[in-house]
Amino acid sequence: MIEIEALSKCYESTTVVDRVSLSIARGSITVIVGTSGSGKSTLLRMINRLVEPTSGRVIIDGIDTTTEAAHLLRRRIGYVIQGYGLFPHRTVAENIATVPRLLEWDAERIKNRVDELLRIFQLDPQEFAGKFPHQMSGGQQQRVGVARALAAEPTVLLMDEPFGALDPIIRGRAQDDLKDIQRRFGTTIVLVTHDMDEAFRLADQVAVMSAGKVLQCGPPEALLTRPADPFVSRLTGTADRAMKLLALTTAGEAAEPGAAGGPTVPASATLREVLSDLVWDGAPQATVLNPDGTTRGRLTLTGILARGKPS
Amino acid sequence: MKKVMARGFAIDRLGVLLTVIGLAALLFLPFVIFKANRILPGDARSLFAILPAWESWGFHAVLALVAASALGSVNARTRLALALAGVAVLVLAVGAAGNALTPLGNKVVRVSPGPGFWVLLVALGLMATDAITRMRPGPGMRVLFLLLFAAAATAVFGSGLLDHLSVMREYQVNASRFAHEARQHVFLALSSMAAAVIVAVPLGILCHRVPRLRAGTLGALNLIQTIPSIALFGILMAPLGALAAAAPFAAGLGIRGIGTAPAVVALFLYSLLPIVANTVVGLARVSAAAVDAARGMGLTSGQILRHIEMPLAFPVILTGIRIVLVQNIGLVTVAALIGAGGFGTFVFQGINQTAIDLVLLGAIPIVALAFSCAVLLDALVETINRPAR
Repeated sequence: MIEIEALSKCYESTTVVDRVSLSIARGSITVIVGTSGSGKSTLLRMINRLVEPTSGRVIIDGIDTTTEAAHLLRRRIGYVIQGYGLFPHRTVAENIATVPRLLEWDAERIKNRVDELLRIFQLDPQEFAGKFPHQMSGGQQQRVGVARALAAEPTVLLMDEPFGALDPIIRGRAQDDLKDIQRRFGTTIVLVTHDMDEAFRLADQVAVMSAGKVLQCGPPEALLTRPADPFVSRLTGTADRAMKLLALTTAGEAAEPGAAGGPTVPASATLREVLSDLVWDGAPQATVLNPDGTTRGRLTLTGILARGKPS
Repeated sequence: MKKVMARGFAIDRLGVLLTVIGLAALLFLPFVIFKANRILPGDARSLFAILPAWESWGFHAVLALVAASALGSVNARTRLALALAGVAVLVLAVGAAGNALTPLGNKVVRVSPGPGFWVLLVALGLMATDAITRMRPGPGMRVLFLLLFAAAATAVFGSGLLDHLSVMREYQVNASRFAHEARQHVFLALSSMAAAVIVAVPLGILCHRVPRLRAGTLGALNLIQTIPSIALFGILMAPLGALAAAAPFAAGLGIRGIGTAPAVVALFLYSLLPIVANTVVGLARVSAAAVDAARGMGLTSGQILRHIEMPLAFPVILTGIRIVLVQNIGLVTVAALIGAGGFGTFVFQGINQTAIDLVLLGAIPIVALAFSCAVLLDALVETINRPAR
């Protein structure tokens, strides 16, 4: 649980972040979106006190962050930046072991943790532990960056444009991996991006920032169906908002009872993908399958279309 | 196919240049110079006039072979071997000439290598260096080459082969002083460098952390760098002399207006700029993302400096130290003028006595020392740079 209370940052005459209050639930993903210069990175960096707030408070699990030394606070909070900032003179294993070493874990425990994380991120410890960052691809470096941030089992993970340097295909994979890992560890994630699609794909809660203020904060559907500000609808885009709304619901969630028929779709597919399938096949309905192959239910064209309308 | 044939007949441009230079040296420049005593002007002697016919023909035959390899497209190893063979016959010939021209037991006549010898030596040296460069040796290999050359030079000087040459005559007269001045030369160069490292690296770190200090500090150090060395030695004589007179404690430490103290201080001042500048550049080159990530993970600023910034900047700082060491080895020479000793003593004595051989006795070891230090530190910089990039 992170409570941000009336947080501001001023540099001389300019106010970069202006009395922002946010409540971030434990184990959720909150995405802060905004154009460059909106203050979103500054807001993120005030959570682990890389930037000291001018006024306001940040409370993590009931404790004001200013009650402990900034460097000790940061060791409890994971931090991932664009470009990853891997240490070029240290091996992958040494990079990942950075915070555990600062916390003086014993060597055995560090090694086990490094191997575990490498396996979770699909990097074979035998092959990768001894490599240097420049010997790896961008996608592999990104995974090492996240693994390093998670090494000391933080409950909070801050990410500043973590996928910005990846090509679209690898970015999609990395976003899916992040969701898996978030579910696995129950980490509370605060992520900054300028990419609205990324925000909708990952977020439980999206905060839209402009000129240092949070214009709207809520679940992705709310931003699409009830934008609080013209800027929010401009940022989300109005041309394909129905499609964006459909993309937020999975077939499994929307499946209704009824006779099976038409093409089959997995429960994890989004309604947008199911609609596309139906249009392509010219079919009026699809059958939704559970991961084990059993039938979950069906989706009709009219049922899907109804969900693409703001309620 | 055409390309391969063309390469087969390619003529090496550097080889042509070196061959022309070598040939001109053989034809037009005296190989050895004979003087009846140390300061009389000498007269040129040709090798044919000195050595038995077969020896001088053999000498020229080897050089012809070297020239042939320099001109054609022979591989680098063969070129190196032949260039070194050329150097060997050159040294043998000049040694033999010294022995032949010196009457038994005579310590007055002087036989010096002439301009022809030096030009040939430089040409062969360039050919050998070029061959080594083409072989692209790693740092370890280059140090090995250096050690082999040093061992070969020691063996040649120790063998007595060159004992009748004028430079070696000067050495025999000055043997005990030579060792002392050599130690003093190395001591002055190293101690001023060490003091500079101790001051300049923290100063560089400070300039990196406090940008406002940077321009002023580097400007001041730049200004020092523009003062001619002889002037700086002179400028320091007055305050250090006054300090010694005013504080017996300082005088007790060996601080005087002349001698070691002003030399070390001046060399120290000259050493600051390259190390401070390279420290600043090295730290500025450290990836900002790595430093930001380190801070975000909870490293303290001391830990960031020790574990991230310094290791990543170190190769650049070491390059600055290399510049300083080579520069100091040269500058120490001038320090002899204010009584600080070193090889410069021989150089300036030689100039005063118009005894060029004495000048060479000082100058040759300075060049060898500077060259060796450059090779060693370059190899070190390269070794350190390797894993990180």
